[in-house]
Amino acid sequence: MQTNSLNHGDTETRRNFFLRAFASPWFFHVLLWLAPILFLLSYFFLPLSKILILAFNTSALTKANFQLILPIVSFTFYQAALSTILTFILGIPSAILFSRFNFRGKPLLRALTAVPFMLPTVVVASSFNALFGNHGLFSFMQSISSSFILHPSSFSLILTAHVFYNTTIVIRIVGNALSRLDPKLEQSARSLGADTFHVWKNVTLPLLRPSLLAAALLVFMFDFTSFGVILLLGGSNFSTLEVEIYLRVLKLPNLPLAALLSIVQLIFTLIFSILYTRIISQVTAQTNPRFSASRPPKTPRERAFVFTLYALLITFFLLPLASLPIRSLTRLEADRGQRGEVQYGFTTDYYEELFINRRGSLFYVPPIQAARNSLGYASLTVLLSLALGYPAAYALAKPTRLEKFLDPLVMMPLGASAVMLGLGFIFSFGRALASPFFVPIAHTLVALPFVIRTLQPALASIPERLRQAAATLGASPFRVWQTVDFPILSRATLSAATFAFTVSLGEFGATLLLTRPEYPTIPIAIQRFLSQPGGLNFGQAMAMATLLMLLATLAILVIEKLRLSDSGEF
Amino acid sequence: MLEVRDLFKTYENKPLLRGISFSVSKGETVCLLGASGSGKSTLLRMIAGLEFPESGQFLFNKIDLAQTPPHIRDFGLVFQDYGLFPHLDIFNNVAFGLKMKILESNSSLFGMSRQQAVGLQSRVTEMLELVNLQGFEKRKVTDLSGGEQQRVALARALAPQPRLLMFDEPLGALDKSLKDDLLNQIRTILHKTKIPAIYVTHDQDEAFTIADRILLLHDGEIIRDGTPDEVWTNPNSASAARMLGMGNVIEGMVISANKVKTEVGTLTLNCKHKHSKNEKVSLLLKQSPSPSGRGVRGEVEIKLKVEDVLFKQNQFEVKARGAALSGEAVSKGGLVIHLKDAPKIGQIIRVKVQVECLA
Repeated sequence: MQTNSLNHGDTETRRNFFLRAFASPWFFHVLLWLAPILFLLSYFFLPLSKILILAFNTSALTKANFQLILPIVSFTFYQAALSTILTFILGIPSAILFSRFNFRGKPLLRALTAVPFMLPTVVVASSFNALFGNHGLFSFMQSISSSFILHPSSFSLILTAHVFYNTTIVIRIVGNALSRLDPKLEQSARSLGADTFHVWKNVTLPLLRPSLLAAALLVFMFDFTSFGVILLLGGSNFSTLEVEIYLRVLKLPNLPLAALLSIVQLIFTLIFSILYTRIISQVTAQTNPRFSASRPPKTPRERAFVFTLYALLITFFLLPLASLPIRSLTRLEADRGQRGEVQYGFTTDYYEELFINRRGSLFYVPPIQAARNSLGYASLTVLLSLALGYPAAYALAKPTRLEKFLDPLVMMPLGASAVMLGLGFIFSFGRALASPFFVPIAHTLVALPFVIRTLQPALASIPERLRQAAATLGASPFRVWQTVDFPILSRATLSAATFAFTVSLGEFGATLLLTRPEYPTIPIAIQRFLSQPGGLNFGQAMAMATLLMLLATLAILVIEKLRLSDSGEF
Repeated sequence: MLEVRDLFKTYENKPLLRGISFSVSKGETVCLLGASGSGKSTLLRMIAGLEFPESGQFLFNKIDLAQTPPHIRDFGLVFQDYGLFPHLDIFNNVAFGLKMKILESNSSLFGMSRQQAVGLQSRVTEMLELVNLQGFEKRKVTDLSGGEQQRVALARALAPQPRLLMFDEPLGALDKSLKDDLLNQIRTILHKTKIPAIYVTHDQDEAFTIADRILLLHDGEIIRDGTPDEVWTNPNSASAARMLGMGNVIEGMVISANKVKTEVGTLTLNCKHKHSKNEKVSLLLKQSPSPSGRGVRGEVEIKLKVEDVLFKQNQFEVKARGAALSGEAVSKGGLVIHLKDAPKIGQIIRVKVQVECLA
């Protein structure tokens, strides 16, 4: 009896031990992290290490390579700096406009300026092509009227597209800081004898400095790593780090050089990110959410400022976006096989052509197949990123010491460029890349940080009290999840899913390196159409880009709607 | 010195200030007392030149200020939430106005002379001593308590020797004991420096403590202008009396030369101006200091019906309604009186009060 009871006690303690271990937050969190970490290890850190190994190989670290890299780095800096300055020239007045003044249509105008940032790069590049490109609306107008002289260079198009993309960042960061600035500080300064200039110099500017720096750094970072816009608007003439990596993989193969370039790029983006996190912490430390000093413009000068900028912003943001669908429905070419007058008029040819599998065309399938591929990849990306993002977000919502260490790791893919991800896959998986599944995996890597950051606050916002209350009312753990967590999470989940979907739809850099010719996605199809001569190819690119724009806009609307009703409720 | 003439201002298409006129003379502290949202702060900002009225004039030493931008007016401003510059330390906050003056007077754009720098240093030290914050020069704004921050704001406003000081609810964010302290400090400093001041508040105690003259702002108009003593003893209007919470204001109807019919009975009174028959008048009922006191002039007995009795340490607060009339002309909130002994609810009681005519 005695031994029995001892034994019994023993198994009891052993069972208790396992139960306790299972219930301990540590063990539970390790379980949660298992899948996401395995995924990141095999699809991010392994490829990264392959790139590192190749980059620090003797075949990469040659004098000739360094001589090649230097002008590329300096051109990348040059175009990014120039783009940033131009973005600020438009962004600062716009930030003042949105933070200081109230006028009719303000929310709509603000939304309009934010749209490009959320659109896929291929759509933005196609829009600029539709307007300014060789087959664009502007060059057509030039051909019928010689008084119309405007032929922007590719480089100025790239810069303009960057401004188009990133102005919203300046508006958001600097504008927020401006509207959170206590108006009493400026009033105090004025009553203490400071004129308008000295108020700016001694009060406003120093207080805005962190926000200005943060905005500048972020814009610079986006311009520095810009790929789709530069490749599609400039061709291979403009070698930034990103473009050069792509060229050294597919056009002038030199993989060690490509590896070295991507490490250089990674180092720079890391430096920028570290600087950015430092500055942004100052911004959040300073912000004061109490003030909103916007009012209708009063003096004639204020009215002129508001009106001029309003008109400028509408034109600048609406013109490219509108010309894409317009161009996709406009015939602007000579008849097939004829070298005659340019015919123009309304046409749906470009759309119809997407459904036809022509011999000698760019694809082995009707081009519209690209849309089906894109949708398939996007759905897989949604499933995969939610499956991996959920456990990670759950763990991050109740951080232990483990999460402090893991959180930056999970966010690391953000710092790597898409082209670099593609390159890493090529090094790591070689022939296996024939499988189409690597594309959604790469997309998931890009989308995962966003998905986690969307789910995590929602998960953290559920008070433990609610779960406990449900449990004391007789709900099993599953029921607790079903009745408490799920309703609160469904909105965040939908938002995260849409995010992942949009990312996958628009992803260009990694897909370009990984995609199989017979499985093109929409962005890849657009790129192929654009890189071919002929009005029909151009028109099909426009039609395809319009489709993508519609899909992306729909997704943006869903996300915005979810966010709006969110803020309304809480 | 400062004269405000016939000021009109609307806010979101509603009249906010309707014909405000007053003046502040040398060394005088004028207190503007009004409910929140009554336009007091807007009035201050307009005097400072930070906002503009629809019509009206501001004169300082008989000179119209319309063309003078705020930074040339030399009017100091102290806000409720301090408005200290968070990016500057205490020294540079206090020195701000002085620096601006030096920059203005210097022909060169850059820097200041050694002499000016020394002068600046000593002036800042002097100001910090004045507000009892010596040695705080290198501290950060965010490290100070509310009371300390407000004293820095005061020192900052005083440093450039303004021609006029304006306070916008300066003690609103502080707790009671700090309030009393700082209020006395401000009072002493204002007396010492002889700077004319406009002090805006909704707190009656504050206003009566600090003011040489009180202006009551109600519904966009100044309804009473006088020394604290004058205003308290003679509020002159029902709304002023109500605003000051002076006691029970009731309405009555004149029935003959000096008889007024009210809910508490028919009262005899001697108003300054004559009232015609059937005119409605407002009366202020002040409870006599000692309930049994005799021989106080103008004292009459009124009849009340007790509605509620509250225990207040050394006496009872009694809520009651007039018992002389039923139904008509009953005052809105009822009357409140204080008694030594608790009456029963529903009981009819007689209380002696002084009756004053309100215009």
